Amino acid sequence: MSGSLDSRSTMKRYVYINDDLSKDLYCDNHISNRKYNVLNFLPKNLWEQFRRFMNIYFLLIACLELWSLITPVSPATTWGPLILIFAVSATKEAWDDYNRYLLDKQANEKEVWVVKQGVKKLIQAQDIHVGDIVWLHENDEVPCDLVLLGTSDIQGVCYVETAALDGETDLKTRVIPSACAGIASEMLHKIKGVIECPNPDNDIRRFDANLRLFPPFTDNDLCPLTINNTMLQSCYLRNTGWACGAAVYTGNETKLGMSRGVPEPKLTAVDAMIDKLTQAIFLFQIVVVVVLGTAGNVWKEIEARKQWYVLYPNEGPWYELLVIPLRFELLCSIMIPISLKVSLDIVKSLYANFIDWDQEMYDHETSTPSHATNTAISEDLGQVDYILTDKTGTLTENKMIFRRCCINGIFYGNESGDALKDPLLINAVATNSPDVILFLMVMAICNTVIPTKSKNGSIIYKAQSQDEDALVRAAAHLHLAFVNKSGNILEINLNGAVLLYEILETLEFTYERKRMSVVVKNCQTGKIILLSKGADEAILPLACSGQQIGAFVEAVEQYSQLGLRTLCLAWRELKEDEYQEWSSLFKEAKTTLVDRERRLAEVCQRLENNLEILGITAIEDRLQDGVPETIETLRKAGINFWMLTGDKQNTAMQIAVLCHFISPEPKGQLLLINGQTEDEVSSSLKKALLTMRITTSEPKDVAFVVDGWALEIVLNNYREAFTELAILSRTAICCRVTPSQKAQLVKLLKSLDYRILAIGDGGNDVKMIQQADIGVGISGREGLQAARAADYSIGKFRFLKRLILVHGRYSYNRTAFLSQYSFYKSLLICFIQIFFSFISGISGTSLFNSVSLMAYNVFYTSFPVLVSVLDKDLSERTVMQHPEIFSYCQAGRLLNPITFAGWFGRSLFHALVVFLITIHAYAYEKSEMEELSMVALSGCIWLQAFVVTMETNSFTVPQHLAIWGNLAAFYVINFIFSALPTSEMYMIMFQLCRQPSYWIAIFMTVAVGIGPVLALKYFRCTYRPTAIDILQQAEHMGRRILSLGNVNPHPRSLDEEVAPLAITQPKNCSPVYEPLLSDSPTATSRSICNNSI
Amino acid sequence: MEYCDRQVRIARRKCCHQPPNLGKRKRRAAFVVWEEGDDLDLQEAIWTCKNGQIQRRHPSIRSGGEIETKIEKREKEGKKRKIPKKKDLVEMTSKGAMSSGGGDDASAARRNSKKPQYSRFTQQELPACKPILTPGWVITIFIFVGIIFIPIGLASLFASERVVEIVDQYDKDCVPNKYSEDMVGFIQSSETNKTCSRTLTVPKLMKSPVYVYYQLDNFYQNHRRYVKSRSDKQLRSSAYEKDTSTCSPEATTADGSPIVPCGLIAWSLFNDTYGFSVNDKALEVSKKNIAWKSDQDYKFGSDVFPKNFQNGSLIGGAKLNSSIPLSEQEDLIVWMRTAALPTFRKLYGRIEEDLEANEKITVEIQNNYNTYAFGGNKRLVLSTTSWIGGKNDFLGVAYLLVGGLCLFLAISFILMYVIKPRPLGDPSFLSWNRNPAGHFN
Repeated sequence: MSGSLDSRSTMKRYVYINDDLSKDLYCDNHISNRKYNVLNFLPKNLWEQFRRFMNIYFLLIACLELWSLITPVSPATTWGPLILIFAVSATKEAWDDYNRYLLDKQANEKEVWVVKQGVKKLIQAQDIHVGDIVWLHENDEVPCDLVLLGTSDIQGVCYVETAALDGETDLKTRVIPSACAGIASEMLHKIKGVIECPNPDNDIRRFDANLRLFPPFTDNDLCPLTINNTMLQSCYLRNTGWACGAAVYTGNETKLGMSRGVPEPKLTAVDAMIDKLTQAIFLFQIVVVVVLGTAGNVWKEIEARKQWYVLYPNEGPWYELLVIPLRFELLCSIMIPISLKVSLDIVKSLYANFIDWDQEMYDHETSTPSHATNTAISEDLGQVDYILTDKTGTLTENKMIFRRCCINGIFYGNESGDALKDPLLINAVATNSPDVILFLMVMAICNTVIPTKSKNGSIIYKAQSQDEDALVRAAAHLHLAFVNKSGNILEINLNGAVLLYEILETLEFTYERKRMSVVVKNCQTGKIILLSKGADEAILPLACSGQQIGAFVEAVEQYSQLGLRTLCLAWRELKEDEYQEWSSLFKEAKTTLVDRERRLAEVCQRLENNLEILGITAIEDRLQDGVPETIETLRKAGINFWMLTGDKQNTAMQIAVLCHFISPEPKGQLLLINGQTEDEVSSSLKKALLTMRITTSEPKDVAFVVDGWALEIVLNNYREAFTELAILSRTAICCRVTPSQKAQLVKLLKSLDYRILAIGDGGNDVKMIQQADIGVGISGREGLQAARAADYSIGKFRFLKRLILVHGRYSYNRTAFLSQYSFYKSLLICFIQIFFSFISGISGTSLFNSVSLMAYNVFYTSFPVLVSVLDKDLSERTVMQHPEIFSYCQAGRLLNPITFAGWFGRSLFHALVVFLITIHAYAYEKSEMEELSMVALSGCIWLQAFVVTMETNSFTVPQHLAIWGNLAAFYVINFIFSALPTSEMYMIMFQLCRQPSYWIAIFMTVAVGIGPVLALKYFRCTYRPTAIDILQQAEHMGRRILSLGNVNPHPRSLDEEVAPLAITQPKNCSPVYEPLLSDSPTATSRSICNNSI
Repeated sequence: MEYCDRQVRIARRKCCHQPPNLGKRKRRAAFVVWEEGDDLDLQEAIWTCKNGQIQRRHPSIRSGGEIETKIEKREKEGKKRKIPKKKDLVEMTSKGAMSSGGGDDASAARRNSKKPQYSRFTQQELPACKPILTPGWVITIFIFVGIIFIPIGLASLFASERVVEIVDQYDKDCVPNKYSEDMVGFIQSSETNKTCSRTLTVPKLMKSPVYVYYQLDNFYQNHRRYVKSRSDKQLRSSAYEKDTSTCSPEATTADGSPIVPCGLIAWSLFNDTYGFSVNDKALEVSKKNIAWKSDQDYKFGSDVFPKNFQNGSLIGGAKLNSSIPLSEQEDLIVWMRTAALPTFRKLYGRIEEDLEANEKITVEIQNNYNTYAFGGNKRLVLSTTSWIGGKNDFLGVAYLLVGGLCLFLAISFILMYVIKPRPLGDPSFLSWNRNPAGHFN
């Protein structure tokens, strides 16, 4: 009794059906997904934007610029872009919010039939209150969470489509609670009762509640409610005339409303690196400011006091010492490119769109295109270290075909490989062999399959589990057809004879129990039997003491060797009183609100024992197309694969061999970590670790295999040893793991600073997918749950290759260039300002005028670099042929402090070139400020156009347009400014363009700035080529050779032999700090790793 | 491939059929061939139809698995679709027929719409040229640059050499010896005689116009405090006379009335004057049109007259005639075009006649401007001009240097190419293709 008291205390919600009692207690059905309203939009949005460090920084700079004493340029240079950036993101937010508002409004103002206090009327959806009875007609959308009370169906069944909720498109059956059965539809208006249910939560799989109807409707008995008795908001009523239900959760408190939430934004490794570089630049900026500020103050004391024309007062205000440093702070503030964030956002959404648009990742079979839900993490795809993959449905098709079985020790289907064609079995069925019939019976009715008749008379099975579907179909093929299910009565057609069974209870499948059972009553004989099926380890221990299970163990062993999925079938006859006794317990367990699942499992355990094992079924789940190739390619690319599956060890290993996950014996070696006790596990772990350490230097494919039980012990007690093993091993198979263990493994690898990609297809992979850096969901047969939780959803496993090697790699390369280039151009102009300050008395004068500075950052330099999203260093084909090239971006070799130092040096060099040429070419009588600044600016623009050209690998028309059009636009914009009499630049550009010396100076700048870079690049490409250079050259030269077909085989055969070794070396240090010029992608990481070990 | 082509040809000859219920567009794109009883291997079939659903729509498929469909799309985009296995196709179609039942056409239409539209942009297949740095290209570029730059350098240098320039530093020499210890005192005193006479010798014939500049060294016109101390609005129009907020510390007089022109730049206007004579005959120096026309027209107002200028206790530089509008005060306009470098020349005037070689020019200098306080120099410069401007060897020398370096680089690249040729794009250089026993570094 105390248990029920406890459960009562946690009960938070009492819903009085058809009554006003709970009306004011809970909110109405007004849905609001809006983040803002008209009044709080501005403050709230600004507050959100200012939570970013960069925005605060720029605001501070902009505020400082308002102080005219220190500002080198007009405040518009910062305010303009800042306001623009703010306005853009605010507008986007506002637009999204407005769209949400429109959707809400549409949902809120939809008219629905509602019974309020016994009166049925048409009201707006937002006026529904908890306790109201809502009437829905076919194809209506459910406006709030309802508990079903009645339907047009006599059996009390209705069908809902839950696609908007969980993405699954198959129709789900919902039934009215048993207490409501048999109430006439006109009486439903007057129904009264109370529903006890938990407070609103977001679990769309669970609804543990009770219903008690008030007299005269029922005998005042508690009736348990589950998710099967509900219709949740946003589902659609299908194939049912009408249905009505009592509103239990309304408005934003519905299951859907509660599960809406903003997911934590994921930060990519590239973003983290850019942040780091930004901080470094910020530090550098502070150093510059302090040094120049001090020097400026000293110069002022020594020199400027003598410069009578500057007229420094003898006594300055208290802040005088601060003035020059602050001026430099403002001058240097452009070091951090204000446009970087915006540019990155734009290109990132383009990357995501390229994934959505890709026709080669469109699955024709299921008509699903690939989709990037998370648009911000494409670069991370290019840096994946580990792929953690589910097996069923991910590597395999999850299209189950019944292949073999073992009934009572006799193996069927061993010769032909297809039990359905085995004459022995067909014979046995024909002769009504009792064992076989019972076996088929379990196959046919121990499930949750719903048979429906199609128009042409054939039977279509609707199953949520592919295994059950395969079994039912196989049984039907063997002339034991499950024909019809009406309510609890099942109709079986055996060799033409009709048998009727009544389902008394269904003991449902859970991942923890790993088995399901039904209790059925034979309608002819009245005998009650329990039919069970489940994993062998969940069923075999429950065998009755007398039975020999050796043959079954052997069968399981044999089947899993073949990579087949096995299920163990069993049955038991129940005595009437035994069933009755158990039934009441079961009912009680079903009505518990707290921990219902565990209680139910306990009760089920009581019935599921002493079973008589009938046999083993073996179901084939074929590998998806292209899985071995995909895995092989990705492994060559240096990505480590771990397989996490709930399946048996043997099956998992078999599949692993089939899809080239591990190599067979001579080349590969498997290390098992298992054992029942802690000691056994620990010793096998140590052994594995020892072997692993020895073999890392050999070209051998070593993988370890661990099962769920051992993993539990290892993760709890030997975390460090396991971590080391994880680092050393390129491949691992974890079998019989639970969803939370999958997530734990992801977490473990993530803590080692690896980039993890998790891929899966089912609900049991959701945790892992959410935990990983990148979650990929396969929109498969187990519904779309995984795909909806994932950052990327694809139709087939083989698309992963393209997603990573093509999209991930390109994204990484492009972002690496874009971000570093952004810093380069900002630094370039900043260095020129700094150099200029040396010849302007370190007083903080800006060489460039405000307009030029603003336009430089916003217009002149942003467009050319944005089109770098079209740049492809290597063709997709080359990348696929040489996946090893992926290790370049995986190790972060295109964006790291060393490459950044290269760009930093280049900007310093270019600034020197521009500055020195300008001040020497425009010396003496030409040293007019405006002219000189325009010459310097032109030099920068020309240089940057050529730098982009140099760094671009492939030129498409938009790129040419952006690069050269931008150069032309620079002149056009400046001509316009030069034509305005009020502008500072009036006539300047016209005068300059007429001077030969201007053009001569510009060409000089370009030649001196680009020449050394070109020569160095050429030298490096030819004499110290990186793999990318070599492949680019091969691509360029090789088209003819490739078509002759004599170049490819040679390197490829080499590839295969050497590939495992070349990239075997694991990295236990952060992989990003690698010099660009190192010869081999692994050589440096190896040396660093050795040092750190 | 050959086998496949043959099959298609045979099939085409045997029976070629326009499927009746395909849309016009699809009919153009695809034709369907079937052969009864002939066990065509669909592995070999070309499955390139843009619309992957066609086989589902064809009636022959639903009737059973014996009739096989073969669809070919014109390889317009040169793209190959995946080739489905025979078994797949049959299973797929039967499954599809089973699961989707009657509403097949509608669902097929809906599904088709999900397929991303093809465009070269969305598929990232825009035609691109991918230049790489081959020795040929690089060497050509360097030779080309060298060949272009050297003549330009020679031309610039020649032009610069042709400019005749007389530079005379007079700041120290124009201070009498007794003041050599206290030059600042000399220049600031109002009693001293600041007239100074210099003789310049014309080295070569100087064709008119000969430009007269004054050159200041170590004078920071670009100093932050100095360069900002002006009011462009005030200079432009008398309506903005009071707009002196940016002019501090020379914005207003002690009693608060605005100074026109205000600011440090105007206040420190250069005030040395030069008188030229050759053989006791005065040389006319034209002071007209020495400022930019655009400045006179738009930046300096013809209705703005100097006011309260140099009236304070501290006198900076030159005074202005308050009856002449600013647009006519060309010395001021020239001075107000601030220089970006601490060494700069400003135009003083123009001598509109040729100066013969070895002519002696006597210059009468009024040495008023104080450069002594900060150790600056004053020079008088007479210079002719060329297409490249004044005398400045920098560009010419730099061009020759760069051109020479380019040629040198080109030659060394050629030598390197000849001596140590390196095949481009040899896959055996790829690190993962090298012998694992060998050392990478």
